[in-house]
Amino acid sequence: MPRRAQLVALLVLGGGVAGCSGVQTALDPAADQAASIEVIWRTMLVVCGVMYLLVLGFLAWALWRARRPAAVDDAPLPAETAAEPALARGLTGWVALIVAGLLVLTTVSFLVDRSLAEVGPDPLKIKVTANQWWWQVEYEGDAPTDRFTTANELHLPLNRPAVIELHAADVIHSFWVPNLSGKTDLIPGRTNYMAVTPRRLGAFRGQCAEFCGFEHAKMAFDVVVDPPRTFEAWRRHQIQSASDPVTAEAVYGKQVFTSQACVMCHRIQGTDAGATVGPDLTHLASRSHIAAGALPNDTGDLQAWIADPQGVKPGTAMPRVALNSGQLNAVVDYLETLK
Amino acid sequence: MSRRPAAAAVPAGQDLSLLPAAGFSAHGLWYWAGLAFMLMEGSAFALACAAYVYLMNSADQWPLEGRAPALSWGTAQTVLLLGSLVPTWFLARAALRRDLKATQGWGVLVAALNALALVIRAVEFLHLNTRWDSDAYGSITWTLILLHTVHLITDFVDTFFLTVFLFTHPVPTERFSDVQDDALYWAYVVFTWLPLYLLIYWAPRWAP
Amino acid sequence: MSAADASALPTALPAEEDVRLTRTWATPPGFWGWLTTVDQKQIARRYVVTGLVFFALAGLLAAAMRAQLSRPDNHLLSPDRYNQIFTMHGSTMMFLFAVPIMEGMGLYLVPLMIGARTMAFPRLNAMSYWMYLAGGIFLWTAFILNVGPDIGWFGYVPLSGPEYGIGKRADVWAQMITFTEVAAMAAAASTATSIFKMRAPGMTLARMPIFVWAMLTTAFMIMLAMPAVMLASSFLISDRLIGTHFYNYAEGGSVLLFQHLFWFFGHPEVYIIFIPGLGMVSEITQTFCRRPVFGYPAVVLSMLATGFLAFGLWVHHMFATGLPHMGDSFYTAASMTIAIPSGVQIFCWLATMWDGKPRLAPPMLWVIGFVITFVLGGLSGVMLASVPLDTQVHDTYFVVAHFHYVLIGGAVFPLLGGIYYWFPKATGRMLNEAAGKWSFWLVFLGFHTAFFPMHILGLWGMPRRVWTYPADMGWGALNLTSTIGAYILAAGVLVYVLNLIVSYRRGAPAGPNPWGASGLEWAAASPPPSYNFGLTPVVESRHPLWTGGGRLPTLTGLSLDHREVLLTTVTDARPDLRHGSPSPSIWPLLTAVAVSALFIGSIFDEWWIVWLSIPFALAVLGWFWPRKSHGKKVGAPDETPPGALA
Repeated sequence: MPRRAQLVALLVLGGGVAGCSGVQTALDPAADQAASIEVIWRTMLVVCGVMYLLVLGFLAWALWRARRPAAVDDAPLPAETAAEPALARGLTGWVALIVAGLLVLTTVSFLVDRSLAEVGPDPLKIKVTANQWWWQVEYEGDAPTDRFTTANELHLPLNRPAVIELHAADVIHSFWVPNLSGKTDLIPGRTNYMAVTPRRLGAFRGQCAEFCGFEHAKMAFDVVVDPPRTFEAWRRHQIQSASDPVTAEAVYGKQVFTSQACVMCHRIQGTDAGATVGPDLTHLASRSHIAAGALPNDTGDLQAWIADPQGVKPGTAMPRVALNSGQLNAVVDYLETLK
Repeated sequence: MSRRPAAAAVPAGQDLSLLPAAGFSAHGLWYWAGLAFMLMEGSAFALACAAYVYLMNSADQWPLEGRAPALSWGTAQTVLLLGSLVPTWFLARAALRRDLKATQGWGVLVAALNALALVIRAVEFLHLNTRWDSDAYGSITWTLILLHTVHLITDFVDTFFLTVFLFTHPVPTERFSDVQDDALYWAYVVFTWLPLYLLIYWAPRWAP
Repeated sequence: MSAADASALPTALPAEEDVRLTRTWATPPGFWGWLTTVDQKQIARRYVVTGLVFFALAGLLAAAMRAQLSRPDNHLLSPDRYNQIFTMHGSTMMFLFAVPIMEGMGLYLVPLMIGARTMAFPRLNAMSYWMYLAGGIFLWTAFILNVGPDIGWFGYVPLSGPEYGIGKRADVWAQMITFTEVAAMAAAASTATSIFKMRAPGMTLARMPIFVWAMLTTAFMIMLAMPAVMLASSFLISDRLIGTHFYNYAEGGSVLLFQHLFWFFGHPEVYIIFIPGLGMVSEITQTFCRRPVFGYPAVVLSMLATGFLAFGLWVHHMFATGLPHMGDSFYTAASMTIAIPSGVQIFCWLATMWDGKPRLAPPMLWVIGFVITFVLGGLSGVMLASVPLDTQVHDTYFVVAHFHYVLIGGAVFPLLGGIYYWFPKATGRMLNEAAGKWSFWLVFLGFHTAFFPMHILGLWGMPRRVWTYPADMGWGALNLTSTIGAYILAAGVLVYVLNLIVSYRRGAPAGPNPWGASGLEWAAASPPPSYNFGLTPVVESRHPLWTGGGRLPTLTGLSLDHREVLLTTVTDARPDLRHGSPSPSIWPLLTAVAVSALFIGSIFDEWWIVWLSIPFALAVLGWFWPRKSHGKKVGAPDETPPGALA
């Protein structure tokens, strides 16, 4: 029976390693950092796997060797049997093997750790501030006009190192995009940094990895690795203010937005809405998710979210604002113009 | 070991009823309870000191604001505590001799010094120049001194009652042994004060 | 068992003397006796039973969590309830099950294994049990009243601090810690003193059973590690209640200070939980292989080394906090070093099996399950020691898998094996072997089905402590597998518990030594009388019942009419003193009640600490009020020359 359990385990593990592509997995690296960590993982799997098989082998041998199990009244063996010297040599060899294995693992781990501390030339600087339960993202630039703020979505240019400065506004959170790198905590009163050098285009998902209260489970974000030119276009667009709504419905929506409780928390650059309590919505419609990854960003979900935030994400700081259906439709219409 | 003949053979047929019914220091049980508590409290003291140093090292200046505690009272306390070790030593010796008169005399003196230490401690609190709720410096300073004060009080109560019992109750060997253990504990309370004294009174003066 | 069997014991007294000794050590009858008992075995049984009750309660919480996670976007539990549940699961398992039940096993077995009448400080043990019970009831009452802590078993600030930890939930958590740690430290002091001073004549340190070494190591770790968490939780509660600023970074405090203090305790805590398990594994292995454990010195030194190294590893729980890289590398090396003593012990047990003749009775099955499971958990622990790899899997389901392999594999499997093994000693009845095997296979297979997939989930990016997850993450199938495994495991535990209950009433009579084992505990009757051994056993080897041709030498002379225990010297265990052991008393309970009132009152108003310290002081005074000296009672000459006493 244990052998069968192990077989099952091996199959599951095999399946796990094979079927590992995804937007939030440590086994499908898309950046230098995650790739070098994956080297450790593979080394560990081999070294530890061999050690485990040796233990299981010894166990199986010991059990197989006991052709006749002892009865309760059998004379017990003495402490020193004929096998004692051989076992003592075996113990010495075993310890030597463990030490050798640990040396290999420690060295590999140390070298990778050193490489993770290095940052390439001309890094992109991004500041991320974690809040209960969403992410504020600020792109820094040399000129004030180059800076902009967004939320719950990062864009990174391919092959250019990025240094992410990590802050927390309330409690401890942890910034984790497994495809790109390991996690680093965001701690109140401290500033942490992490470096990533993306090497593959695509959209990846990150998630808070330190328990941060009620909606720790629904505190995700998107990371999009773009070709450099696409990234530049995105950056230029994000710097701009929101364009004014054109259709009557959207104009009404803007009016509702700025006259209701929405403006108490949110900012839309280029309008009267300037609060920074909640996520910046200037280019909300350009993002792929809303409510920190809780819902996809489409008309129906946006409506559902605004109509009943506590139903979608119980505990969120976003209150239910009393809007009639006309107002709700108009606000959603307006928000969808914020490309 | 099992293959060797018994290293410490027990005399066959030894009559255990001939053994004494009380003994000093490592022979008795309470001594070991005392050591266990010293170990636990020592761990707590060491960690509290480590927390103090940790907070001090992560601060730009120390104290965070205001002045360091007034040196004179803390120093007076240190001198008193160190001085009290002399009568404590005589007390332990008298107890070991089971000399009732001497034990009573030294016991009264040690209890009185212990009480005096508590009085000085009260004055120390008034001259800390910080409050527990002022800032982290105040919180950790109060922790260190409060931890030690709890030990002063505990040992005072212990010494006080033991000394009273020396006068009011028959004094068997067990009680002399208790007195000796109590003397050891007092020495422990004195010695743990020294690092605390350095941290509370000198670290704010030496730190940038 | 019959009287004839009992009188055949090498330690049995003549009938008339046995009556006197029984009267001397008897616990008063009825409810009063129940409240005042200082019988080490009664207190230990309470510990074990209470521990099992909390194990079952925490298991029910686990079942609720697994139900919630069995499919994506599940709304069976609200996030608020879920957060309370996982906090309660962790806190109950760590503080109310694992540590106390191991102490309970030690409390039961250590005096029997060292040939003593009782523990060194039976009243302290009585008080520590009441404290533990009060802490457990306090925490669970709060949970039932919907003020259960929701901050994780680790209670990180600022989430648990005054600003974000609203209501009394975090206070309940912090004070529960204080309760259980006070209880644990009191028990540890008693255990260590008993082991040093109360071993049977001739039981030198080098002849101590390995389980006793394990409990000694554990006792020292408790005494050194637990003050750290008491400090951490006291700082937290004073930040919350009296406005201190230990963790308030705006006033010079530090958020990471909490983590350093917590893990300085939290890492040794893991070893505190499984080192007693390693001791049980050693005892079971040698009995069922009928061979002394290979490499006794290596096993003992490895245990001590593990206990020592455990204090140098705490930072590996903080690799994601952005501490300096060089420092982290030191902790990587230190953490990996633990693999050496663990590997040595595993080798020694396997060598014992290889060279012996293992009989696969249920306790031995648990040992084999332990090897298969614990080694895998140890190896994933080596992985976690690497800073870069840890940053990927830290706080994911990979870590959940890892520590369940270590704690269930390393502590619960040996514990279930140990309870099976010593049940006949404690009750005089055998457990049902078929049910024992069923329960093992269900738990073993259920366990691996439940926890192995979690390794993969962690690598696939599933964080811990999430109340739900979106369907498109692809975690649903493995989570469902895990849930099914958890319910199989629960079924196995149910079979185990039913076996305990049914066999307690109807099991076959056991006799003093049903397994043909070698330790002194098997030289007492099953169940042992209140005084454990009539005559004082003398030990001449590491395996007293296996050597000397079945002859166990004994000594006489301990008082029959007064509670008296023998003290021996620390290293050589030569007879040294007779010591009066306390009789039943209500003071431990009254003291525990006073302390409990003080702890609970303090979370509502800090002045309760001051007011309630008065009844506490009175209770302690009553406890220690001088009574007639033991020497006087037994008529020992008080004029013994001082030299003989010094």
